[in-house]
Amino acid sequence: MEKFKKIKTIVTPLDQVNIDTDQIVPKQFLKLIQKTGFGKYLFYDWRYDENENQKKGFVLNNKKYQGSQILITGNNFGCGSSREHAVWALKDYGFSVIIAASFADIFYSNCFKNGILPIILDEKIVKKLTHEPEELEVDLENQTLSSSSKRISFEIDSHKKKILLEGLDDIAQTLQFEDRVTEYEKQSKIPSVL
Amino acid sequence: MGKTLFEKIWDSHVVVEKENNPSLIYIDRHLVHEVTSPQAFEGLRINNRTVRRPNLTIATMDHNVPTTDRRLPILDQTSAIQMQTLEKNCKDFGIELFDINSPNQGIVHVIGPQLGITLPGSTIVCGDSHTSTHGAFGALAFGIGTSEVEHVLASQTLWLEKPKSFEIRVDGKRKNPHAVTAKDIILSIIKNIGTSGGTGTIVEYSGEGITDLSMEERMTVCNMSIEAGARAGLVAPDEKTFAYLRNRKYTPKNYESLVGHWRENLKTDTNAKFDKTFTLHIDNIAPQVSWGTNPGMTCDVTESVPFAEDYSNGDQSQKKAMVKALEYMDLKPGTPITEIKIDRVFIGSCTNARIEDLIEASKVIKDQKISKNVRAMVVPGSQMVKKQAEEMGIDKIFTDAKFEWREAGCSMCLGMNPDILSPGERCASTSNRNFEGRQGTGGRTHLVSPVMAAAAALEGHFVDVRQLDLN
Ligand code: SF4
Repeated sequence: MEKFKKIKTIVTPLDQVNIDTDQIVPKQFLKLIQKTGFGKYLFYDWRYDENENQKKGFVLNNKKYQGSQILITGNNFGCGSSREHAVWALKDYGFSVIIAASFADIFYSNCFKNGILPIILDEKIVKKLTHEPEELEVDLENQTLSSSSKRISFEIDSHKKKILLEGLDDIAQTLQFEDRVTEYEKQSKIPSVL
Repeated sequence: MGKTLFEKIWDSHVVVEKENNPSLIYIDRHLVHEVTSPQAFEGLRINNRTVRRPNLTIATMDHNVPTTDRRLPILDQTSAIQMQTLEKNCKDFGIELFDINSPNQGIVHVIGPQLGITLPGSTIVCGDSHTSTHGAFGALAFGIGTSEVEHVLASQTLWLEKPKSFEIRVDGKRKNPHAVTAKDIILSIIKNIGTSGGTGTIVEYSGEGITDLSMEERMTVCNMSIEAGARAGLVAPDEKTFAYLRNRKYTPKNYESLVGHWRENLKTDTNAKFDKTFTLHIDNIAPQVSWGTNPGMTCDVTESVPFAEDYSNGDQSQKKAMVKALEYMDLKPGTPITEIKIDRVFIGSCTNARIEDLIEASKVIKDQKISKNVRAMVVPGSQMVKKQAEEMGIDKIFTDAKFEWREAGCSMCLGMNPDILSPGERCASTSNRNFEGRQGTGGRTHLVSPVMAAAAALEGHFVDVRQLDLN
């Protein structure tokens, strides 16, 4: 995974609560067997009409937000299906940071496996940033968001921060503990299936 | 201080523990299906890795398999490729697969318990959020993303931060358990605590309202824990649990000694403390019907579609979400639920397509015909359920009533196969998600129990099944 670097772009405001992963990537696109190329399917049913023309009024179709790498959105973002395709689509489209007052659990952990930083902020601050979208600099090292007029710090678990900053390969890390796993297996009471 | 059941299972699965860091947790059972696994196997190949414990891994095809005659060719090429890919991956990595022609094929969360793969006190994962279903057996079972699928394949472990514990007590007794079902209990819970009420927690369901339930009913409750945002839901195992798993295809040889151990250990200590609690009284609950675009947007069948002010309680984001939901659902506030007309009925999914669900629904429709304005479909949760139903003659009751009787799979729960709603169609569905477009772009889903779905099929609109004679 690539190391997470500082980014600075305008934020894209998607002002809605409880956005589920079925909306982020509709099921008709889950049949692919690779991880790449999902960006074009991001929010597909909200972005395009039945003739595949862009729908006016949907924020991703607004020129102002082209090239934005920061999405700001409502509570409980990413609820529903565990599909990691949702995160692949956000990343492939260009988003590296998602800001919300809360995230669904599986979605939140999927983000870190794909170099996306989910930032949890107080609901009031999220609302303000949503209604007055501006250019923000995201600095993970120092855990800050800043614009010309403000500076907001955010919390993040140190382990997760390290994974993003160093772009670590999770599995390689785990396999260093193989002896411990073998030891565990020797005393486990749960029999194999086969 | 005592420990909760969840903490006991957690503690007995910690392989590596570091302060203020996630723990490395051992995974006893890994269930795999065609949609969320191809990229995981690809990752193994790219890095030259193997599957650590193929004998703890079981695969099936459920999400995009057709539910029509299995002898016909699969028309959707991308689906066919996904199925072939799973076949190749299982072969290459030595994993047992129940493919589309296997008598054991079915929705992954239906076949796990039926085959005795699901065990109390174990950790179970699958690249699917409804893995929470297996919690009905007192297992710690939860959904994971594809990267984690790859991680489990390679290491049989996962790094996890310990979730909080949440006790949901269900007190009281239902007056008519044939009309007010497990589905109505879990929908009532979600309606009360909201779709993020359980975020960051593992729910333990307790109380008389839960112990009274059959194993299949408990599965319906645990299945929808994720719809309340919880990572998993579980129920302490009891004699019903042990009896259900006895003599299944993969029931372990030393089962009785395991049962002895489980009986002693798998319960929450009386002096344990939960981080959070909620209690639902079920003496007087009504059958539930969802009216919106998430499972929390639900009300009693006797009520009307709510007004935005009443529903949102002054919260502007909730109000906005509700207005959008009603627009999508094409419903007006104040409309009685029983006046909502439906076009389709779907009895299926890992929530409600087990044998008891089909038996209960068949009692409603016996010797009757569905409304001429409705197209209705039954999709058994597994080929084993289908066979059992056919042996009991239940298929006949459904087909006589003009229901379509299909092969097993996820089907119209998520519409990845040809079973979908057309834009604007309205469906009474026994599945678990009423998200926009879930059952087909532009389709409108109302979540209900199997008996409510069956009754709606007959009348062409929702009815209060408490008024029917179901005994
Ligand atoms: S039946 Fe529906 S919810 Fe269950 S596993 Fe299949 S798609 Fe997911």
